[in-house]
Amino acid sequence: MRRFTFGKLALPIYSLLAFAFLMVPIFYTILFSFNDAPAPNTTWKGFTLSHWLGVCTNETLCTALTNSVVIGVVSTLIATILGTAMAIALVRYSFKGRGAASLSLFLPMATPEVVLGAGLAAFFFNIGFQAGMLTIIIAHVVFCLSFVVVTVKARVQTLDPVLEEAGRDLYANPRQVFWKITFPLLLPGIMAAALLSFALSFDDFIITYFNSGAVDTFPKYIYVVSRRGVPAEANVIASAVFLLAIVSVVASQLVSALKRKRLGL
Amino acid sequence: MANSLANTGADLELRGIRKEFPGFTAIEELDLKVPAGQFFALLGPSGCGKTTTLRIVAGLEQPSSGSVFLGGKDITATKPHERAVNTVFQSYALFPHMTVLENVAFGLRQRKIDSPLEKAGEALKLVELQHLAERRPQQLSGGQQQRVALARALVNRPSLLLLDEPLGALDLKLRRQMQIELKAIQMEVGLTFLHVTHDQEEAMDMADVVAVMNKGRIEQMGAPEVLYDRPKTVFVSKFLGQSNLFIGDVVEENGNALSINVAGSKITVPKARAEKHSGKIAIGVRPEKADFHEDVAPNVGADTNLIGPGEIIDIRFTGVSNQYLIEIPNIGQVTVFAQNIGKSPETQLGAKVWVTWKVEHAFGLADLPAGSGE
Amino acid sequence: MAFAAFGPSQPVVAGAGKKSSPIVLALLLPGIIYLGLFFLTPLISLIITAVEVPDASGAIGAYNYGFDISNFGYVATHYFQQILRSFLYATIATVLALLISYPLAYFIGVRMRRFAVLQRILVTLVIAPFFISFLLRTLAWKQLLADNSWAIETLKALHLMGANDYFIGTPGSVIFGLTYNFIPFMTLPLYTTLERLDLRLLEAGSDLYANSRHVFTRVTLPITLPGIISGTLLTFIPISGDYVNASANYLGSSKTSMIGNMVEADFLQNLQYPSAAALSVLFMAVILVLVWVYVKKSGTEDLL
Repeated sequence: MRRFTFGKLALPIYSLLAFAFLMVPIFYTILFSFNDAPAPNTTWKGFTLSHWLGVCTNETLCTALTNSVVIGVVSTLIATILGTAMAIALVRYSFKGRGAASLSLFLPMATPEVVLGAGLAAFFFNIGFQAGMLTIIIAHVVFCLSFVVVTVKARVQTLDPVLEEAGRDLYANPRQVFWKITFPLLLPGIMAAALLSFALSFDDFIITYFNSGAVDTFPKYIYVVSRRGVPAEANVIASAVFLLAIVSVVASQLVSALKRKRLGL
Repeated sequence: MANSLANTGADLELRGIRKEFPGFTAIEELDLKVPAGQFFALLGPSGCGKTTTLRIVAGLEQPSSGSVFLGGKDITATKPHERAVNTVFQSYALFPHMTVLENVAFGLRQRKIDSPLEKAGEALKLVELQHLAERRPQQLSGGQQQRVALARALVNRPSLLLLDEPLGALDLKLRRQMQIELKAIQMEVGLTFLHVTHDQEEAMDMADVVAVMNKGRIEQMGAPEVLYDRPKTVFVSKFLGQSNLFIGDVVEENGNALSINVAGSKITVPKARAEKHSGKIAIGVRPEKADFHEDVAPNVGADTNLIGPGEIIDIRFTGVSNQYLIEIPNIGQVTVFAQNIGKSPETQLGAKVWVTWKVEHAFGLADLPAGSGE
Repeated sequence: MAFAAFGPSQPVVAGAGKKSSPIVLALLLPGIIYLGLFFLTPLISLIITAVEVPDASGAIGAYNYGFDISNFGYVATHYFQQILRSFLYATIATVLALLISYPLAYFIGVRMRRFAVLQRILVTLVIAPFFISFLLRTLAWKQLLADNSWAIETLKALHLMGANDYFIGTPGSVIFGLTYNFIPFMTLPLYTTLERLDLRLLEAGSDLYANSRHVFTRVTLPITLPGIISGTLLTFIPISGDYVNASANYLGSSKTSMIGNMVEADFLQNLQYPSAAALSVLFMAVILVLVWVYVKKSGTEDLL
């Protein structure tokens, strides 16, 4: 009996500790966004809001941030469109070479970032293509694409094809079936894939570093300045992105939970 | 209100339909005519090709060969969304991202019909679900979902309504209730219904005409009572209710009856009720048409078949009737249903009995059970 | 959910696929062409670069097309230590991540089932580190575990560390960072399988095996194997290719360099493209062989 109660408590306590472990660097990063200290920002010198209020006094940092957002949005858009189409094809149609298509999507996931980064850099170098925003976006789409396909595929697999047949039966032509039935039902999966894709792109450093040329992104900026010490403004941006993401994800979960409750499910 | 949904149903005709899938043939050869306004049931076990037939009529599958005519027009090449045919799917296939009302209005909106929501509301009234119009399908019970699916199809006033095992997911009690409602609605709106089911009771209960399908072919087609009274094949005699079958060579033929010899016993069937008149044939009788007699062989005339004696080896009490399984040496097992009306004396397991039935209740089949030679 | 990306492939609910049609090509071709152009071609480009020969002028970073496979031999011997270190660190960090993640995933996926909302929030907390810069997280650990940090001073005061000992810059600190950073990649696939684990099977198991340890090793573990496999792959591959944690500006030192550090240095600083490319190709080949053997051995080939 004693063992039973211990077993019951051990797992929650362990999980609490594990979560604390996961959270430590996050709290540290957020805390030091309020540190009243100049660039190295390694020891606590007192509380200030000045970094939050004047993030863009550091112009290089803000340019890097803008670049990261632009790259994230554009590559997410491309990867989501290409990936959604592929996911639908892979689940819904049987065709020769489906296995090969699946493999060609698994390979980018199995390729270490440094290999993909070096490969793309060698490719652009060999064909004499100037590294910049465009090469970063091209590179990001490559590794986002597989994740989009896997995420959307999971959603397509739960979609009953009979619903589409019902649409055809009820006078909707194939285009209308897609936009009125298939697409709305896949939307949660597509949104999740887009979110994931943006997160991957926004935080990518290794592949970006190989293919960015003179362009700065937010992670690249941090990597470059980390030798001298990262300014607190970088912490502000990271914290803001984190809080925005967490708040919106938790809020959307609470909203959908409430909705379900209201619907009596 | 109901009349607003009514439409003149159209004839459906299938000519020489054949459907092959990679590796197997779902439909061998199918010819079928369903007159306008009829409730027609396609009955058969799973894999017999009945659902494929339905999907071909809906336009969701293309036949490998043959044509589909609706109201005299060839619609074989017409796309599903261009056919005046609607389907109630087995899983209902209600759109989870729309309300009940939006689901019902979907087809009207696609065809740009005026005031679709009003008409959808009327259709919901017909199935008595107007109070749930704003709910999502997931919040409804199985029976309610089934009725929404029905309203969603009916509201389009199709010339032909296809029902793909629409009651299969419901429990027995609800299924019987829905059968009554469905039949009532069909009578009210007067549409042509093509109903696919594997439930023989459901088919016999609801349909004007039943077609029994087996292995991609129609084995027999007709009014339910006719099918039950005079099955023409072994499959139909076994799939639609139960049958006792006796196999033997035709040994006597006089006037309007013929007899076979089964292990020394003579079993007679009216010629008009037999498909084959010579050689080795199978003669059957329904268990409830047969009777048994204890202790001594009864005296019977030429109008009655008599076999026995045998031994009662199993008795089942099902409430309305008692089912007796009788083993007759050299002939085999015979099932007899006796109504449980408290008249018959208590018969014990192991009792020695003779089995009789009227010649007019026997039927002669066109084929023989598998494993009986030929 | 986004987490599906980290899960093993789901059972197929949808019916059999339709027959092939021009639509398939329209849907698939753009993506395939993209991957062919920007994934396959770069890999081929990498192989071409790996066998290039130095320009006769001897200028730094100038190479010509050639067929000099000696580059592979050169990197295999010259970087042998880094290659070995990469796989050693990756193996240890992956095992640690698995040991840390399994109980956590079990708690969220099984124990929290009755509390759907809380369960979702906990899953969000697992992926929370994704939302904050990877580099800043790693730098945070560098500060938190620096020589004069509170944590290290405490350990020294408790005599768990010698007065002259340090943590940052050691192999231990690199493995620590790698483990921390990739825990979510391990936890999520484990969670997706554990969340779908049919608890009645465990009851049946305890009915048959009685002992809870046996139920775990004979029922729970085999059933969640697909999650363990996709988790270890999703962790091992990026860890072995990482070079941020091991770099001297982060948690490592010149003595902890991994393959990634060498590729970066050769490619971006020393401009020795052929050796960087040869090392990448060699690395990729080893990874593919390892993945292939691992997936074959574990008997789940339908990962994707």
